[in-house]
Amino acid sequence: MAYFQEAFIMAIKNLLSFDPELYGIVFLSLKISTIAVILSALVGIPVGAVIALKEFKGKNVLINMINTLMGIPPVVVGLVVYILLSNQFGIFGDLRLLFTQTAMVMAQTMLATPIIMGLTIVALHGLDPLLRKTAISLGASRYQLVWILIREARYSIGSSIIVAFGRLLAEVGAVMMVGGNIRYQTRVMTTAIALQKGMGEFQEALALGIILLILSLFITTGIDMIRRGKVWL
Amino acid sequence: MENIFKINNLSKAFKGKKVLCIDELNIPRGLITAIIGPSGAGKSTLLSILNGLVPPDEGKIFFEDQNIIGSMRHGDHNRRSMAMVFQHAVMFHGTVFDNIAYGLKIRKTPEDQIKKRVDEILALIGLNEIALQRAETISGGEAQRIALARAMVFQPKVLLLDEPTANLDPANVSQIEKLIVHAKREYGTTVVLVTHNMFQAKRLADYTVFMMNGSIIECGNHERIFENPNDTKTRLFISGEMIY
Ligand SMILES: Nc1ncnc2c1ncn2[C@@H]1O[C@H](COP(=O)(O)OP(=O)(O)OP(=O)(O)O)[C@@H](O)[C@H]1O
Ligand SMILES: [Mg+2]
Repeated sequence: MAYFQEAFIMAIKNLLSFDPELYGIVFLSLKISTIAVILSALVGIPVGAVIALKEFKGKNVLINMINTLMGIPPVVVGLVVYILLSNQFGIFGDLRLLFTQTAMVMAQTMLATPIIMGLTIVALHGLDPLLRKTAISLGASRYQLVWILIREARYSIGSSIIVAFGRLLAEVGAVMMVGGNIRYQTRVMTTAIALQKGMGEFQEALALGIILLILSLFITTGIDMIRRGKVWL
Repeated sequence: MENIFKINNLSKAFKGKKVLCIDELNIPRGLITAIIGPSGAGKSTLLSILNGLVPPDEGKIFFEDQNIIGSMRHGDHNRRSMAMVFQHAVMFHGTVFDNIAYGLKIRKTPEDQIKKRVDEILALIGLNEIALQRAETISGGEAQRIALARAMVFQPKVLLLDEPTANLDPANVSQIEKLIVHAKREYGTTVVLVTHNMFQAKRLADYTVFMMNGSIIECGNHERIFENPNDTKTRLFISGEMIY
């Protein structure tokens, strides 16, 4: 137990030392995952809503596919983006995006979009069907209908964003594969932890892990406060 | 008498069970038409079909001389000419005011107009004090009044009301009836009112339709149906002797 205690103290000490490298890593983690989760929400919520509300052939097949993608291992997504961006086989190889922050955002967006989309579909299916009929009967257009139902499902959709953000902050496979863990450039908290562990600095790695947890706690609490404080619409 | 709805050869079955079969039915413009009949007669289904929420299997419905079956789209002109109030009222997230204002908002009514009209109707239903209360905290009786106000506020040509006073106390009932009469007199609204309450039909209706097992047994203006029904089934139902 003492080992964990020491790690915890080290985490606090590291935080209070205001080491620019550490803060740079923390900031980059937040930046990559925040951009990715925003992009995913912008795509996942409206597309998920349309899938949930529309009746079409193959709807169930599509929903099953999205549900499958919700659980896809980050390394697989990382690999796909790697191949797409690589010089050797990739169609986007000329863009020279491999091992950049853009590549990391791309991979994480691919990871989070199905999560937000799938949970948005679940949230809208869970609404009282009378809400939809009432809005239609009062004269809502297609677009207005989608909007009011998203609003009605805002708590569940908000939760899906928290879940997706947590998954992005915690994942290591995708950012490692397409970011490459380059110091000062693409190194984020999880890849730094993996590196420290690889160098045998277990306690250092554990301290970073604790910082990651503290950060998650702050963010989750913050989003929850926004939700309950009616700031969200 | 001009008819706003003309219904021809309408039929609807759910999973092979026929629930609606209407050869002909006309709804007069600017009046209150009561649809009465025992539970399961198909009254709610008919209302939903008129509102375009449920597609019929066969038949035509002319709304102002245009066949609306299969041609209504969300938010189009015909859809925005009518509004339905359902047997159970559901509230949207927001305040009572927001709920009533919804139909005006989506019609892009200017803010000052919205305020004026909503305040007017709130006064009419006696709910001024709770205008800013959150809609999820209101009582059942208030919800039913708000649901009616929400449908009336943009003054649709047609109001389709599915038992708007079910489960309400007499004070609430009379307030809702006042509102229905107000819509007809002040806005010239055509009202189609489904009700279990025979006295209510007597009080409000100009024209009465009696339905059973998905068919129209008898329809006609209100005095004739109530004073002098042709069909024995109608007489039994109106006198309360029908067991169903
Ligand atoms: N979506 C549905 N699926 C299957 N059956 C349905 C559906 N909607 C209605 N029905 C059936 O159609 C028949 C007519 O229902 P409807 O709700 O129109 O009756 P109603 O006259 O409004 O009755 P009540 O006075 O009890 O409200 C009923 O037997 C009902 O079970
Ligand atoms: Mg009914």
